[in-house]
Amino acid sequence: MSNHLPAGAGSGGGGGRAGDSGLRYPSNGKTIYHRPLNRTKTAELSKAAFAYLFAEMVSYAQRRVTGIQELEKRLNLQGHPIGLKLLDLLLFREPPRTQLRPLNIIALLHFIKINVWTHLFGRQADRLEKSSNPDTPDEFMIIDNEPLVNAYISVPKEMSQLNCAAFAAGIIEGVCDGAGFPARVTAHTVGDTGEGGEMWPGRTVFLVKFQPEVLEREALIGAKS
Amino acid sequence: MSYYFAIIGTQDNPLFEYEFGTSKQGGDGMARFTEQARQLNQFIIHSSLDIVEEVQWTNGQMYLKLVDRFFTSYISCFLTASNIKFLLLHQPPSSSTLTGGTSRTSTSIAANPTSPQTEEAIRNFFAEVYENYVKAIMSPFYRTNMEIRSPVFRARVAAAGRKYL
Repeated sequence: MSNHLPAGAGSGGGGGRAGDSGLRYPSNGKTIYHRPLNRTKTAELSKAAFAYLFAEMVSYAQRRVTGIQELEKRLNLQGHPIGLKLLDLLLFREPPRTQLRPLNIIALLHFIKINVWTHLFGRQADRLEKSSNPDTPDEFMIIDNEPLVNAYISVPKEMSQLNCAAFAAGIIEGVCDGAGFPARVTAHTVGDTGEGGEMWPGRTVFLVKFQPEVLEREALIGAKS
Repeated sequence: MSYYFAIIGTQDNPLFEYEFGTSKQGGDGMARFTEQARQLNQFIIHSSLDIVEEVQWTNGQMYLKLVDRFFTSYISCFLTASNIKFLLLHQPPSSSTLTGGTSRTSTSIAANPTSPQTEEAIRNFFAEVYENYVKAIMSPFYRTNMEIRSPVFRARVAAAGRKYL
């Protein structure tokens, strides 16, 4: 019944060992716990493979959706668990001296702009801004001139609202939620407006809107220290 | 010396628990909690979560050291970035069981729950568990706040306990 292993793999010593829980181990006996968490600097993924996978993810998310908002929400949800896991992984890889949990919004956004971006896209995000509107002190912007996820995505005219970087926004949201800074993160294309607009037609703003309790806590911590 | 180790999720839900005793100085690695104490331990750990929440925003370190104490039970805490708490309750042996060789055990980790050596040993223990925890959550099938059931993970925690405590 449990013989789903390819011929030859199961008959060896360690292959297909079933414990009490019905768990099965890989035939070489190496589980996820036997693999190191640190990677070498050059270990990178093929961009073509990612582009292919991402195109499939977008079309998967597009099935039976009623609108662009729902599509973006689904992409966002695909990214969310990645962000949650990256937060722990990337902090683990930090040298022990700087292995600090982000305690305030600025530290968290810096962590995203530098560590998360470098890990995912091989470079830092281009800019970090705080909303200049005094009515929305809870909004922050991470700006990427040329999001890697959108490199091979062409958006049809009738869906010009869509920005597939909603996936990356989901990753950011995951990092924020995991660190205890619940937020809504959305991706917006701002290519044609603002300075340098002609140079970066795909410029994307990730709008991070923190929940009110985050700012409340931030004020409390700031008052104490 | 007996230890009770628990991993607590973001909703204050237990993800993993493990009881063990010291393996240093001829210890057999078995926990010496009475049946009553074993149930009490869970309450003590749970009540120390309040203190952890107080401390967590004042200190960015992951290892929060000793956070709480309940009679002879000491609680050390390690907080990961995604707000998962590792709590270790350690209970030095009561004086009645220490009739022989007090001079030898007085320098041991077991007898001094507040000494720097103990702090360092627990730090090493937490660091090793943390590494394995990060590996556990790297599984694509693992979602936050799921119970960790892997027997390999349990064996790794047990090994870390033997090695450092």
